[in-house]
Amino acid sequence: MTIEELERIRVEVNQELAARGEQAMPNGELKPPRPGEVRVVLRNCGQINPERIEEYIARDGYFALCKALNMTPEQVIDEVKSSGLRGRGGAGFPAGQKWLFARQALAARPAPADGAPAAYLICNGDEGDPGAFMDRAVLEGDPHSVLEGMAIAAYAMGATQSYIYVRAEYPVAVEHLQTAIPQARQLGLLGKNIFGKGFDFDVDIRIGAGAFVCGEETALIDSIEGRRGEPRPRPPFPAVSGLWGKPTSVNNVETLANVPQILLKGADWFAGMGTEKSKGTKTFAIAGKVKNTGLIEVPMGITLREIIYDIGGGILNDKQFKAAQTGGPLGGCLPAKYLDTPIDFESLVAAGSLMGSGGLIVLDENDCMVDVARFFMDFTQDESCGKCPPCSLGTRRLLEILTRLTRAEGTEKDMQTLEYLTENISMASLCALGQGSVNPVVTTMRHFREEYEAHVLDKFCPSGVCKGMFHYEIIADTCNGCGACRLKCPDKVIKGAKKEPHEIDLANCIVCGDCYKACKFAAIAIRPGPTPRSRLPNL
Amino acid sequence: MMTLTINGKRTEASGGAILDVAKANGIRIPTLCHHPALAPQGACRLCLVEVKGMRALQPACTFPVTEGMEVQTDSPKVRAARKFVLELLLSDHPQDCMTCEMCGNCALQDLIYEYGVKETPFAGDRHLYPLDDRDPFILRDMEKCIRCRRCIRACDEIQAVNAITMINRGFRSKVAAAFDTRLQDSNCVFCGQCISVCPTGALTEKDSHGLGRAWQIEKVTTICPYCGVGCTLDLNLRDGRVIKATSNWNDSVNRGVLCVKGRFGWQFLHNPDRLTRPLMRSSLWREISGTEGTPAKYDGFVETDWETALDTVADKLSAARTAYGPDAVGILASAKCTNEENYLVQKLARREIGTNNVDHCARL
Repeated sequence: MTIEELERIRVEVNQELAARGEQAMPNGELKPPRPGEVRVVLRNCGQINPERIEEYIARDGYFALCKALNMTPEQVIDEVKSSGLRGRGGAGFPAGQKWLFARQALAARPAPADGAPAAYLICNGDEGDPGAFMDRAVLEGDPHSVLEGMAIAAYAMGATQSYIYVRAEYPVAVEHLQTAIPQARQLGLLGKNIFGKGFDFDVDIRIGAGAFVCGEETALIDSIEGRRGEPRPRPPFPAVSGLWGKPTSVNNVETLANVPQILLKGADWFAGMGTEKSKGTKTFAIAGKVKNTGLIEVPMGITLREIIYDIGGGILNDKQFKAAQTGGPLGGCLPAKYLDTPIDFESLVAAGSLMGSGGLIVLDENDCMVDVARFFMDFTQDESCGKCPPCSLGTRRLLEILTRLTRAEGTEKDMQTLEYLTENISMASLCALGQGSVNPVVTTMRHFREEYEAHVLDKFCPSGVCKGMFHYEIIADTCNGCGACRLKCPDKVIKGAKKEPHEIDLANCIVCGDCYKACKFAAIAIRPGPTPRSRLPNL
Repeated sequence: MMTLTINGKRTEASGGAILDVAKANGIRIPTLCHHPALAPQGACRLCLVEVKGMRALQPACTFPVTEGMEVQTDSPKVRAARKFVLELLLSDHPQDCMTCEMCGNCALQDLIYEYGVKETPFAGDRHLYPLDDRDPFILRDMEKCIRCRRCIRACDEIQAVNAITMINRGFRSKVAAAFDTRLQDSNCVFCGQCISVCPTGALTEKDSHGLGRAWQIEKVTTICPYCGVGCTLDLNLRDGRVIKATSNWNDSVNRGVLCVKGRFGWQFLHNPDRLTRPLMRSSLWREISGTEGTPAKYDGFVETDWETALDTVADKLSAARTAYGPDAVGILASAKCTNEENYLVQKLARREIGTNNVDHCARL
């Protein structure tokens, strides 16, 4: 492959695409960009056929690789460093710096005598946060942008072999990569002597077996080595001793997909977006109680309010915003006072949460924060690998206490124990999963303490979520007797004449909530105390 | 050499983990998953120390020392974190030290004593596993397992057998053979190396149960009688009787490693059938002593002393050699003898008797 051939394909396919018209390719959750969005990583998703490398080339694909190979690796690293690109997997470590560390570690050791690769690049596509699918969209919709980014990163850090670790739950992503890699090899964009510059590089796919913790880079390395995926203590960092003891750089899908654009358009272009310390754009998967859910890509520094109300269209059914959960199960819940905080790595950490990989769950007034904490703890303790006691035993104890709280069995001592556990788990755990597992509990306790206290002291769930800790009552003054609740009630326990205030027969009400949802006039209130039939059996 | 500060004291080190440097300076850091014969893994979080500049506490067993590093190994923060880990471990541990085989020889018990953990503040689920006595030699009480993985690493790194590993995940994780089968259905060779590194009562010698505990035991270092390797081992005696054999990690021959015979094959020592004196065929005894009667302790054999026995062998061999020539004699040596002993046997055959008819059972 030469630059001339690449140019020829670009021109030819662009003519073909022009003939095809503006017909976008289907791509799952991705909707057309809304005002406020800037698409860098997602620019090709839904626009090109991901199974044709020529369409990627038509959108300037692999020109960045050609450009990079005409630079020295140090120049590539400098370019990416000055762009300010930081790891999109969650921790936000500067990508160029990571490659530099690996490159320095590689230079410091003798070349392997057995002919094995001297260093490795790993693309982390083990996207495990519930409700997050940013990497999936890129791998499915634009796999070549990731491959090109990997080739550039490998050239910069000095790797000749790389692995892309994708979770098995993403069959289409795996399929598109399996199509893309041979296509790139056939055109000489992977393999030996790429662009005649003497750079050898190849990619293999490794499919995860469904463990969340394998998104942690050292556990991911163990998994590729064929072991049980469990984090290793650092140091040594993978950049010094990673896959099979060789210098290894582990970069997230989204990080790598940014790289070709930075090379093509320049570090200054990329650094022109975002905040002082967080440059470029970030993809988010908005889920929960928001009108427009799905994937978005926005410049760093945008506020939560802009994401939720402008791009997200506001809260579902125009209810009251309660909190936004960012950063996935290891992130935190941010209340309304953080709506105008700019979203960047530092601000989110300062607020007690995380950027994470880009999960964003919006919660409204009918979400119970204790139950939300319990939900995430259920996930984390299930995904704890079991290597260190603070995480494997500690998250279990947290879950047990939170479950007690949501079953009206909590005590004040439980609250103290929660604080004791969270403080120590974050201090003593081996990896980021254990250390971050407490964040949902810590942030909900910090910002919604009154809800915890209501659960413990009054055995009352003010949001009407925890069964057996509340009941519904029709406010006679507000009820206009429309009958919607009476018709919806599955047990027919609501009585009332037309246009007269209705009443719930509490002795027989199972507190299913259908009436509450059906009422259009906010005439049904959540009140403390269970009904005889509202308690769930203890499972 | 680099200079670092541990607990306010400046010290020098050429490298290595904090744990090693601290030890060299006489500072003890408690450990649980660490074992000198195994690669460190930083899992148990007992050796956590404060490293200046790091937010979270760091495991001393894996964290390398660096120039100018400042470490606190016993600060209130560190002690609190260790106590927390012990409280968690205790919350998932049967508190039956009264009847536990390892009482008095248990790393967890010692640490819980040291850190004054009276009771765990965490009420909650505890693992309930039946006592696993499906196998010979090794008794597995997985309720007492603290998942430090010393056994797994011993099986992997020392024995290279890999019979056991972790199954399941998180709270439910458990050390087991593949598919949680019996050890005898796995590729376990019953070397018992896992028992020798287990810090608690999770893995114990089945045949030694109830025979005695640490403070009742006197250890005698000796050589394994089984083969010519000559492994050093410790016989554990209670009231003069052997109750188990354990690894001797200080020894330089086998470095604590034993096989199934050395570790579990000690019962013959006190067996009434064990031969403690040489025996002679009754017919031979009659011929030598010129008497008719037979002291009938053994069927067809008579107990004698070493002098008589060896003299008789020498006489008979010389007679056979004189009568039928040196090649009428053959000597078969044993793998239970040392190299030196086998060398002497070969000298006896070639130089004294004059035959090359000498062989060894290990060649078969």
